Amino acid sequence: MQLTNRSKQVSNKEMTLAEKMYLPAIVGGLAITISHFFRKKPTIQYPEVKKYLGPIYRGHHILKRDEQGRERCTACGLCAVACPAEAISMVAAERKKGEENLYREEKYAAVYEINMLRCIFCGLCEEACPKQAVYLRHDLMVPVFQERDEVIYGKDRLVENMNDRYIRVANSEVQATPTEPSLTRAAT
Amino acid sequence: MDLTVLLVKGIIILVIFGITLLIATYSTYAERKVAAFLQDRLGPNRAGPWGLLQPIADAGKMFFKEDFIPSQASKWLFILGPCLAMLTALMSSAVIPFGDSIRFDNYSIPVQGIEINIGVLYIFGVVSLGVYGIMVGGWASNNKFSLLGAIRAASQNISYEIALGLSMIAILMMTGSLSVRAIVDQQASFFEWNIFTQPLGFVIFLTCAFAECNRTPFDLPECETELVGGYHTEYSSMKLGFYLFAEYINMFVSSAFVSALYFGGFHYPFMNEVGSALERSMGAITGHNIATAIGFVVFFGKIFFFIFFFMWVRWTLPRFRYDQLMNLGWKTLIPLSILNVVITGAGLLYNFKYATWAIVIVMVLMVIVSGARAPKREAIPQQV
Repeated sequence: MQLTNRSKQVSNKEMTLAEKMYLPAIVGGLAITISHFFRKKPTIQYPEVKKYLGPIYRGHHILKRDEQGRERCTACGLCAVACPAEAISMVAAERKKGEENLYREEKYAAVYEINMLRCIFCGLCEEACPKQAVYLRHDLMVPVFQERDEVIYGKDRLVENMNDRYIRVANSEVQATPTEPSLTRAAT
Repeated sequence: MDLTVLLVKGIIILVIFGITLLIATYSTYAERKVAAFLQDRLGPNRAGPWGLLQPIADAGKMFFKEDFIPSQASKWLFILGPCLAMLTALMSSAVIPFGDSIRFDNYSIPVQGIEINIGVLYIFGVVSLGVYGIMVGGWASNNKFSLLGAIRAASQNISYEIALGLSMIAILMMTGSLSVRAIVDQQASFFEWNIFTQPLGFVIFLTCAFAECNRTPFDLPECETELVGGYHTEYSSMKLGFYLFAEYINMFVSSAFVSALYFGGFHYPFMNEVGSALERSMGAITGHNIATAIGFVVFFGKIFFFIFFFMWVRWTLPRFRYDQLMNLGWKTLIPLSILNVVITGAGLLYNFKYATWAIVIVMVLMVIVSGARAPKREAIPQQV
């Protein structure tokens, strides 16, 4: 089966004098390597320059609110069940009177924690969620942590901020806005 | 020789010593940078601007590593090995003329460690001594891989030294002197550079210089796939650093030697015109010193080109097999260099300097004929 037309037939015929002298082949090889010397390098200088990773990148988790700013999560626990790394844990609570503008349904997650050391960013929680409450952002990564007590993310760091809502856009209009937006340069 | 001359001489020697070390240090950086660029990468660029502090960081790392001596090793020889390698590497730059001369008052001091009339012989002696560094280190490690690497290095160096010497004999015949400065001075005009009078000798010399430095494609002594680390398998810390550093110094010295022997040393085209113009406009002493400085810079330009060439070749050619290495050395380079000597001698009888071009022309003709007579490569249909 011929896959490309670039394959070369091997032959064991006797070498000509030019081939035995090595020199023409050496000059040819040197020409090839020096042409690479002046070629544009594909390296992206990572911490300073970040590449747009696409609209389906799985980054930082977010607990969505609905249009009226109510939390969508009902603490059903399906994400925790789906999680292969057992990174998610939650405590459910019943909605009191007067909290209707805070939580969408009668049950809500009083505590919702993700252990970022355990999380493998597979996105199964996002798939399992029946209320479209948990998402993995495509535009933000979980920052590097130095201490172990920074590792467990609670609701304070997961619930969406209404002034800066997360929208997943499929076009390249939204460029990656990782930790330091000023240093970002899209290299798509 | 009075005190001022001694002082100036001392300064020159110190400067040459310092420059040798500095260039060897930054060769490690340049090697990584050149390797990276030839492989479409960027290379070290985190330590300092453009990664310029990388060699210092590497040296710091080397110093803080554990200095390990194997319990069965011959302790003093184990320490002596890298010292010898370093010592011989540093010694050989003494006779290379880096520039014309510095003039002040009534003195004229050549820019050279020491001017001796057997300079070429001195370099040969020191280079041969360099084998001891590798051999002693490899043997003292009490490790079979080290010993095999050392034996390979020794036999390779001895084999290629013959061709190296023979290719140089042609130059010595044309100059009639063993002094490196005399050889450089003889190449004053551009078309008398030895690269133009001795093209074949140059190719042989360069090949042998690669082999003498244990650089790719002749780096069999430290061939990782077969010998772990070669002769420095058991070495760590700054002793290993000395071996690696000695290799880079050797590279610098052989680049300087090639430039001096074949590329006119500190000479450049229209040098006399530039020199006399400078002397007319700035006075005999200042003008001459500035002309010397220009020659010094030109010489280092040539050296840097050859250091780059060493690295360029390293990332182009694969390593030779050991029997190929020996075949190339004994069956090709030595007969060719003997032929080169004979033809040069015949040319000198009739006062014709460019006689060795005859060999080149004959070889090119033979290549064309053998290429034309070779059977065409048959295209075998591919098996389905």
